[in-house]
Amino acid sequence: MSEGFIPQTLEEALEIMTANKVIPIAGGTDLMVQHRREGGISPRFEEPLLFLDKIDRLKRLEINSGQLIIGSGVLLRDLIKENRIPNVLSETARQMAAVTTRNVATIGGNISNASPAADTLPFLYAVNASIVLQSAENVREMPIEDFITGPGQTCRKSDELLVEVRIPVENFDVEYYRKVGTRKAMALSKISFAGLASFSEGKLSDIRIALGAVAPKIVRQKDIENRLKDLDGKEIKEAFPEIRKGYEKYIQPIDDARSSKEYRKAVSLDLIQAFIEDKILKNKQLE
Amino acid sequence: MDVPPEHRLLDVLRDEFGLRSLKEGCGEGECGACAVLVDGKVVTSCILPAGNVDGHSVETLEGIRETENFKIIQEAFKKSGAVQCGFCTPGMVISAEALLREKTNPTMEDIRNAISGNLCRCTGYNMIIEGINTAVQKREEK
Repeated sequence: MSEGFIPQTLEEALEIMTANKVIPIAGGTDLMVQHRREGGISPRFEEPLLFLDKIDRLKRLEINSGQLIIGSGVLLRDLIKENRIPNVLSETARQMAAVTTRNVATIGGNISNASPAADTLPFLYAVNASIVLQSAENVREMPIEDFITGPGQTCRKSDELLVEVRIPVENFDVEYYRKVGTRKAMALSKISFAGLASFSEGKLSDIRIALGAVAPKIVRQKDIENRLKDLDGKEIKEAFPEIRKGYEKYIQPIDDARSSKEYRKAVSLDLIQAFIEDKILKNKQLE
Repeated sequence: MDVPPEHRLLDVLRDEFGLRSLKEGCGEGECGACAVLVDGKVVTSCILPAGNVDGHSVETLEGIRETENFKIIQEAFKKSGAVQCGFCTPGMVISAEALLREKTNPTMEDIRNAISGNLCRCTGYNMIIEGINTAVQKREEK
């Protein structure tokens, strides 16, 4: 039995999704593995597949009224090569999987798979990215943290497609990304960390900290970040023990094949500390 | 050819086309023994559904055997002792071919990156890297 649809345009895809229950598939690097069977046998899916490969509309990449718009079908390889992509996102993509995967895997797939260890998420949370869902009838935009409702769970309706990610264009004085994995290539993250900061008149004016793979969802605590804003170097140093304690409550990792919860928790807190000590307190603009 | 679009490209190439250079190793896109070129870019065919190559060019080792690059890579692999048990070799050669097509003058880091999706269980990485580097040098001489 041959099952699947290969639409040429977004409109065609959305019509198919209105009339049929389908599984949208982009590069397939997550879905094909999740549905794999024994060697030599192709996977089986509960619903027909909707192949997104041919839809040019999903591959757009443009800057429009202060927003960087990345189509859900943009490949990880393009996130590395494109100079309009923010540095932390390029660096994140560079450390994901290996060249073989990056040549087909998409940013939309990484988001939709909604793994707590999805590497593009810490950056997207840190920059207040939003996503756009489209159906034949409707278009809706929402913050990425509202889209992802739990491990592997999103609020996408069955007739909706994730069409793009929108990122406010902003410059930060400090941009930092760190992935902790067992080896350089093909490692799923034990922890991934994105940190951004800006300074103004000798004080910290903006700080964003997001951690992946250490809780059911990405950890980003705006309340804790706000406590650091408008502080000078000395005040940050004084406040830090309480800040570290504040994050402890939200970093709730699990034991799994990749790492232990004790390791993840200890290293997460150390990464936060290292980000503040090495990237913020040592920055000339705080002197 | 008409095949179910959810079928793995690996199975289509091996079973329908009889192309046996590509191997199933891990079956989850990590080892690169099934690597092929799609539009000239290296991908793992064990996790690529056939529906994703509709209208694209697919090349396996069998298809590049007459290219100049392949002859250079083959010679260099022989010289460097880059082939041990041979299971990973077709995938390594495909990755090397993709690199030589993409970059005119790849660095050692480019070479390591190019085979970052290929595992060699004989752990003969140094010889493989040397083999690709030898191929790079040889090509420059030409």
